[in-house]
Amino acid sequence: MLGIIQDNWLLLLVGQYPKGPLGGLALTLILSVMGLVLSFPISIGIALCRTSPIRMLYVGSTVLVYIVRGIPLVMFVFWGYFLVPILVGHSVTAFTTLICTLIVYEAAYLSEVVRAGIQALPKGQVEASRALGLGYWKTNLWVIMPQALYNMVPSLISQFVSIIKETSIGYVISVQELTFAANQINSNLLTRPFPVFLILAITYFAVCFVLTQCAQHLERTITRKRSPKMAHPRSMSNDSVLEGQ
Amino acid sequence: MFGRLDFSAVFAGPFAHLLLSGVIKTCELTAASWMLAVGLGVMLAVLRASGIPVATKVVAAFVAYHQNVPMLVQILLWYFGVPTLLPDAAQSWVNAHDGELIFASIAIGLCMSAYFSEDLRSGLRSVHYGQQEAARSLGLGFFATLRYVTLPQAIRNALPPFVNHTVLLFKNTSLAMTIGAAEMTYVVREIENETFKTFEAYAVATLFYLAVSLGLMGLGALAGKRIQNQAR
Repeated sequence: MLGIIQDNWLLLLVGQYPKGPLGGLALTLILSVMGLVLSFPISIGIALCRTSPIRMLYVGSTVLVYIVRGIPLVMFVFWGYFLVPILVGHSVTAFTTLICTLIVYEAAYLSEVVRAGIQALPKGQVEASRALGLGYWKTNLWVIMPQALYNMVPSLISQFVSIIKETSIGYVISVQELTFAANQINSNLLTRPFPVFLILAITYFAVCFVLTQCAQHLERTITRKRSPKMAHPRSMSNDSVLEGQ
Repeated sequence: MFGRLDFSAVFAGPFAHLLLSGVIKTCELTAASWMLAVGLGVMLAVLRASGIPVATKVVAAFVAYHQNVPMLVQILLWYFGVPTLLPDAAQSWVNAHDGELIFASIAIGLCMSAYFSEDLRSGLRSVHYGQQEAARSLGLGFFATLRYVTLPQAIRNALPPFVNHTVLLFKNTSLAMTIGAAEMTYVVREIENETFKTFEAYAVATLFYLAVSLGLMGLGALAGKRIQNQAR
């Protein structure tokens, strides 16, 4: 097993980078960060619709979120593979396809994180700020979002872990990320699939476990910091949708 | 944009049969891995609740591994890796009996059992400790306390995430297509290759997944309401 790592660690880490396209763990992380950063603004929009008093926005966004939650990611990737080139008008790389798919998929899931963050705040916050004469947008921008986003950080990190795991689906459409690289090594060696895929699993585990521990540590810190100030802290970890991931 | 939609090609002749077999395989895969996941999940949660230090650590490690490694990688490890460790006789038996379905069920089941056990654990934690103390002081043993006092209350709290994870399990059976299990997604890809009716083929599969997922969520909501009413 150590021999395989010694021979192939560069391929697992950056793919064929200096000579060919970037791949491996580096591409996995780039995909994940881009997926998170690009889907986050959209998810805030959806979350505002989900908590909106305007009925049409609420119903529309709720239907959207439920539809995305009801379809497997693999199906989304195939739809992306088929639809993105039609919408853009020319053929695109598998990388672009995967990013577009991840943005759509994650925007829906992240919006549930943001919504939970907004709804976990005591109602008095909105009432007080509205009573002080701030409008809907100012209330959201200066009162709700700063608190909600701060409380949300642990859930955001967990969601980031989910995205890292989801990028492995890129293997299906030959995006040269970590899983693809491992599969390449497996095809080169042919006879030792168990150690190769074990190395792959351990690599994912190392990255994701560190992040999960960070999230848990932050969660404890934030709960400790905020709980004395809030009269009835509703823990975000009791949210059914977030736990369903 | 898509020309004229023609669903008849997707349902025509051999493809209707193929679609049906895809639906059946997906259901089989879901049922098999769900049963494995729930059974193992309950056992893991009970082990963790037992408070035996070694058992707690082992369960924690099991859960951490399965929650931090992509399910796709777990499926690949089981399908490509594990058979090479088995004796030849076992290998040929598995190959003769739909190996990809068996290994996909095991991989998905083990992975989701980690999630189910965590649901149940947080459900158990939300039951007040006094409940357990009262039951024990009334003379109920560890398992009787679990069976009659804490678990019924824990399940009520654990139901919503449990339903969500069941939906997730169902959706993730589509990952089995990567190892060639002929379930819905795999079948639809095949039909698409044959007919070039990409939109129609994917639409059929998407509607199937959506219908079942929303159905499961609806059932979960109904069950939740019933349980809440019983509690009053």
